Amino acid sequence: MSETVVIIGAGQAGCDMTAALRQQGFDGRIVMIGEEPVLPYRRPPLSKAYLSDEMTEEQLYIKPASTYEKQNVEVITGVRVERIDRAAKNVTLANGEVIDYTKLAFCTGGHARRLPLPGAEKPNVHYVRTIADIEKLKAQFLPGKRLLIIGGGYIGLEAAAVGIKKELRVTLVEAMPRLLARVTGPELSEYYYCVHSAKGVDIKLGAGVDALEGGELVERVVLADGTRLEADVIIVGIGLIPNTELAEAAALEVDNGILVDQQCRSSDPDIFAAGDCANHDHGFLLRRMRLESVPNASEGARVIAATICGKEAVHNGAPWFWSDQYDLKLQMVGINQGYEEVVIRGSMEENSFSAFYLCGGVIISADTVNRPKDFMVAKKLVAGRVKADAATLSDESVELKSLIA
Amino acid sequence: MGQVTYVSFDGEQTVVDVPNGDNLMQAAIDNGISGILGDCGGGCACATCHCIVDDAWAAKTGEPDEIELDMLDGVVDPKPNSRLSCQITMSDELEGLVIHLPESQF
Repeated sequence: MSETVVIIGAGQAGCDMTAALRQQGFDGRIVMIGEEPVLPYRRPPLSKAYLSDEMTEEQLYIKPASTYEKQNVEVITGVRVERIDRAAKNVTLANGEVIDYTKLAFCTGGHARRLPLPGAEKPNVHYVRTIADIEKLKAQFLPGKRLLIIGGGYIGLEAAAVGIKKELRVTLVEAMPRLLARVTGPELSEYYYCVHSAKGVDIKLGAGVDALEGGELVERVVLADGTRLEADVIIVGIGLIPNTELAEAAALEVDNGILVDQQCRSSDPDIFAAGDCANHDHGFLLRRMRLESVPNASEGARVIAATICGKEAVHNGAPWFWSDQYDLKLQMVGINQGYEEVVIRGSMEENSFSAFYLCGGVIISADTVNRPKDFMVAKKLVAGRVKADAATLSDESVELKSLIA
Repeated sequence: MGQVTYVSFDGEQTVVDVPNGDNLMQAAIDNGISGILGDCGGGCACATCHCIVDDAWAAKTGEPDEIELDMLDGVVDPKPNSRLSCQITMSDELEGLVIHLPESQF
């Protein structure tokens, strides 16, 4: 019997898997099924260049339809997968079509966490996850409007930067006592607080949202301390929920993502998962982790393709991330969880610095701002679990490269 | 529209038509060329689209800017003509361009 790989989800991971399967020599049938009505596209620009109208929808597409045709990849868009029959090894689509598989991959991503308050369904409350989300938002994203952003993570901060650029009046509320609390150290949080404040973003920290008030539209956001903030447009950026309903219904092991091993294989050896929906036994971090990033999705996709083609591959790259706000290029590598010491190299005042996070003397993570050279070296230092002391790391007369073992 | 030849590390040549204005990372992805990843989608943030411009063409593709130079500093085995293919934009002057792909992007 010839092989069929069915990929559920037509985002970054699914798209990259189709290419990687062909490049690895897979010559069976490949079917990729996505519920959004468009070809796989890049999501990172949604909160940046696409929101600011510097990129068209077509430019978001990872590749044109003709490329899938050339690679003999069947792409089904605008259709949900309804259920999976693991015993019969097939998937049933919402339109009734049944597709048999020999290998199945979940690349289902996630959806924006909804604000659990009455009024959150009103038409001026927005999320940043899909092209459709941004199309709806753009119609209201106009100069002079009062933009209120709920959530001081990457999505919220990137949207704030675009809001300032497009001359909206921007307020940002964050429930935690600092920005980016989940992903970076207090030094970086303070730095981004200063940057955004200086650009004109009114930031309120430790400010949980209690209620939304108004009529047809939300007109006011009520904070936990009773403060009422007037708003025309609201963006909610409070995290992502992995799309695991189908996997759960198919009785796969799920715990904050579909549980997969270092080859991205689930509790069913013919079913894999990659990207935001997967919680993997990470070969570099040596613990379970669900990561939300394009590089993670791409790496997982390549590992699955290689594994399906009978090649040795493990998901063990040091995770990395990036975020563009104003003219600041933030690039990060590693996970700083559990760090004991942070060392700053360079100058925050001059917007050119790197923060290194140490644990037991080992560099476990780095955040670099406008320092691509440091970032490239940091990737190697983190991947190599290199030891360094604070004095050396902060001394700009010592070349970072010299620390690579 | 012009033709660009991608030469893999093993010496295999693939000739593709690239519309003017497209970058050479995107053109590689569009044509299923292995050896170019482009993980960041062309943002000059990842350096996984490293290529080496053929000597005969080095002058025509121009100079990398400071950010690109810094990123190139960290790629595997950089060469004098190393570029990030996402930062090379196709134009009439580049008709016939030849670029070489490295052994590994990381």
